[in-house]
Amino acid sequence: MSNTKKISTRDGFGKAIVELGQQDSNIVVVDIDIGKSCKTVDFRKTLPEQYINVGIAEQNGAGVAAGLATCGKIPFVVTYAAFGSMRICEMIRQQICYPKLNVKIACSHGGLTPANDGASHQCIEDMGILRTLPNMTVIMPADYSSAMALVKAAAAYKGPVYLRFTRDAVPVVYDEAEEFEIGRAKLLREGKDVAIIANGDTVCLAVEAAKHLSELGISARVLDMHTIKPLDVQAVNDCIKDTGRIITVEDHNILNGLGSAVADIVAESGKAVLRRIGVQDQFGQSAPYERLLEMNGITVENIVAQAQQLLNK
Amino acid sequence: MIYKAQSGHPGGALSVADFTAACYFHEMKLDPKNPQWPLRDRFVLSKGHACPAQYAALAMKGFFDLSHLDTLRKEGSILQGHPDMKKCPGIDISTGSLGQGFACGVGMALAAKMDALDYRVYVALGDGECQEGEIWEAAQTANKYKLDNLVVFVDNNNLQIDGTCDEVMPNIDLGKKFAAFGFDCYEIDGNDMAQVVAALELAKVVKNGRPKCLFANTVKGKGVSYMENQCGWHGTAPNEEEYKQAIAELESQYIVED
Repeated sequence: MSNTKKISTRDGFGKAIVELGQQDSNIVVVDIDIGKSCKTVDFRKTLPEQYINVGIAEQNGAGVAAGLATCGKIPFVVTYAAFGSMRICEMIRQQICYPKLNVKIACSHGGLTPANDGASHQCIEDMGILRTLPNMTVIMPADYSSAMALVKAAAAYKGPVYLRFTRDAVPVVYDEAEEFEIGRAKLLREGKDVAIIANGDTVCLAVEAAKHLSELGISARVLDMHTIKPLDVQAVNDCIKDTGRIITVEDHNILNGLGSAVADIVAESGKAVLRRIGVQDQFGQSAPYERLLEMNGITVENIVAQAQQLLNK
Repeated sequence: MIYKAQSGHPGGALSVADFTAACYFHEMKLDPKNPQWPLRDRFVLSKGHACPAQYAALAMKGFFDLSHLDTLRKEGSILQGHPDMKKCPGIDISTGSLGQGFACGVGMALAAKMDALDYRVYVALGDGECQEGEIWEAAQTANKYKLDNLVVFVDNNNLQIDGTCDEVMPNIDLGKKFAAFGFDCYEIDGNDMAQVVAALELAKVVKNGRPKCLFANTVKGKGVSYMENQCGWHGTAPNEEEYKQAIAELESQYIVED
């Protein structure tokens, strides 16, 4: 994919939120000081009447958003994943998920992408924590186009949504016209020997691995599981039935994220073997993003190796 | 309610009862037949455990039948242990976890400003609750966005679960703190109806871009001699004998209309 255009998913959010705000004056951005980094600058300039900045006060940002939502607004609380999930976890639970209010938590810097910032700003726990909250929907788009589409789908859905974007530019996987449905996985490549289920920045790694596997005579299906809650159970069951071998790939702790969600279905079926690739339940450090992925085995090579092991090839 | 449930928080419910009644029966624009009326005034009980006072007001106002009051904290009840906006008509936001309701009230007042609507928002905070950091985050937001449509009651009864506020965590100059955060702060006897009503009136007519704080000195357990100023009555239900005494004392102090 070396020739593919690269752009970050946070940029996809920044573009989509302006379009949404222009179409619907009830769309509101609640920034928590880091709008520049989270790509809300265009929104602030274009739609100042729909823009609030509560300063460095995440808990209050969540509460203000809940109050706005009770009055018919569709607020997007915008910050980094580490703060938008864990710093305000209980506010999300009490004031947003429990009353099922129409608040979106839109976070950049998910996973290991804030690489140089170190472990304090990397976020490997968010999706797992938030998927345990009743009424919450948890989404991580794979590229710029799907980020735009899924932000729009989240705005159209009535209820709490957590959207996770990342800092770095990633290859564009989809056309801008591609349609996305919350909770419906995207089949990127058909295959019968093994299924690779990935989300976010690792989707392009899965696609790359499938190409290598094809050269080795292994037919790999690739699914983009952009929504881990509600999980596309049908798509996972199809993988179990059609391939019997599943590899999950995610830039998230292997505990409680995509791999765990898929493992629930696999375990209940008793009819497939599973390998989970992800952050090895350890904090990161300041280092290049690619190195952090390597330290955790989140690589094309490891996906290929795991597939070979599953097939005894 | 609390006697029948044998569970709940009588002390705080009694200290907020007077200003809650003032809001519902004197101040707020409401339509009990249309609880979701977009132009209604909002009431946020940030100290959600005091909800029996709010439930009583809502029932007497006609949001739901009085018979529901006997179902407090029972399975299937619209009257949850802490207010649930999805179950109980007239509750504008679910609360219960201290420190969080204020920010929601700020969001509601902001929405009114954004839409150029004139509904007002009333928030009831506990003095102990003001130990939560989120309270001050919300206060600075109210100042920044000039929310003069926001009225915050501080239920200053100086008691919390583990003792007096002064023992547990002194609320140094709480009223002055709100003033320092840009609020017009009026200190009142929160159990004196005439003072509460006058302060609400003042808060409404002073449209100067500053949010209002009605710093209400109150008595926890107000009106029931053995509960007054006793932190032990924070979350304890009375037994039959205590209940009868409480009702007799309350009825002797207040005119009960049929």
